[in-house]
Amino acid sequence: MQTIDQTLDEVLILASTHFKVPREKLSPDDDFFKTLAIDSLQALDLLTRLEQHFHVELPDYELQGVSDFRSLAGRIQARL
Amino acid sequence: MKSAIENRDRVTPEGRQSRMKQFTGQSLSWDLKDGVIELSLHRAPCNEIGLLTLSELEKFAGALEGLAAESHALIIHSSLDCGFCAGADLRELYQGVQKIAKSEARKGVREFLERVHGVMNTIDAAPITTIAAVHGVTFGGGFELALVCDLIIADKMARFCFPELRLGLIPGFGGIPRLKRDLGNAVVRDLLLTGRSINATKAQSVGLVSQVVGEGEALKVARATAAQIGKFDHRTTIVAKQFIKPIPYAELKLEIDIFCDLFAQPAVEAGLRKFVESTDAQPYLP
Repeated sequence: MQTIDQTLDEVLILASTHFKVPREKLSPDDDFFKTLAIDSLQALDLLTRLEQHFHVELPDYELQGVSDFRSLAGRIQARL
Repeated sequence: MKSAIENRDRVTPEGRQSRMKQFTGQSLSWDLKDGVIELSLHRAPCNEIGLLTLSELEKFAGALEGLAAESHALIIHSSLDCGFCAGADLRELYQGVQKIAKSEARKGVREFLERVHGVMNTIDAAPITTIAAVHGVTFGGGFELALVCDLIIADKMARFCFPELRLGLIPGFGGIPRLKRDLGNAVVRDLLLTGRSINATKAQSVGLVSQVVGEGEALKVARATAAQIGKFDHRTTIVAKQFIKPIPYAELKLEIDIFCDLFAQPAVEAGLRKFVESTDAQPYLP
């Protein structure tokens, strides 16, 4: 099973690739709404891509209040 | 007296006689070509269904009988990037009820819902095969619009959700009876009671979606499916559809009653206000 650091790294790479923000500009504790400059609809898009990438289901109510990459990776890790 | 739910004449104004093969409105357009009707939703921000969209949907429903006589399939899709449809226009609903007395608001909501059900029932019963080609946000009333169709073809980025309970309401456009018709009750309860959204792959795994396709491919695949459907005997298709897809009129009527009862509760106004005034980064989660 992969570690939380690996999961976090994959989340950052996926966000960087899809939203076209250089990977080096993304930090684990960044607010992804601000760093990626995304709205709620784009956040749904991110959620779907994460579910597809990690082959997990992420109920959106679990993500309420989650806005940094590290916490997001933690929620994913709990379902791997 | 016949209820508006069953009264298809309610949604058949000028269009029925005129067989309008093409229409371009402010919120939707349609076009009949090679036996396939394509209904395209295009009202920003995400095809929210308010009075304007409803009036154009009624125009379409009115024209559908005439169009169906010259076609074998209907494809409903959105031309907006954000998705298929984000559901009822909650901002319009909230602003509308603020202007009138509560008793009037309740009456107005019932009338609105009965008009919506008239459209939904007409499309549901259409004597042609209907396909919802969905992508992105397919929430609430948008999900319910997709559910009236015989087939749902989903872009892999589509998401489905019934968020109504978060507002103190139930889906009001026929969603629960139609979901119950199509899926097991456990899935219905999951979607309804948690209000969570599910992706296209999950939706296919529970039997909601017939095909999951690549990004931006839903309309193309729907067109190919419609072409295949056109090879079959049209009368047999109508008989098969009527046999397999009964319309749950009694439950649909009950849904309107329950919705209107709930709408009178103070929690709903508070929920709508919170949603409308929210500056939250995730306003789709009221």
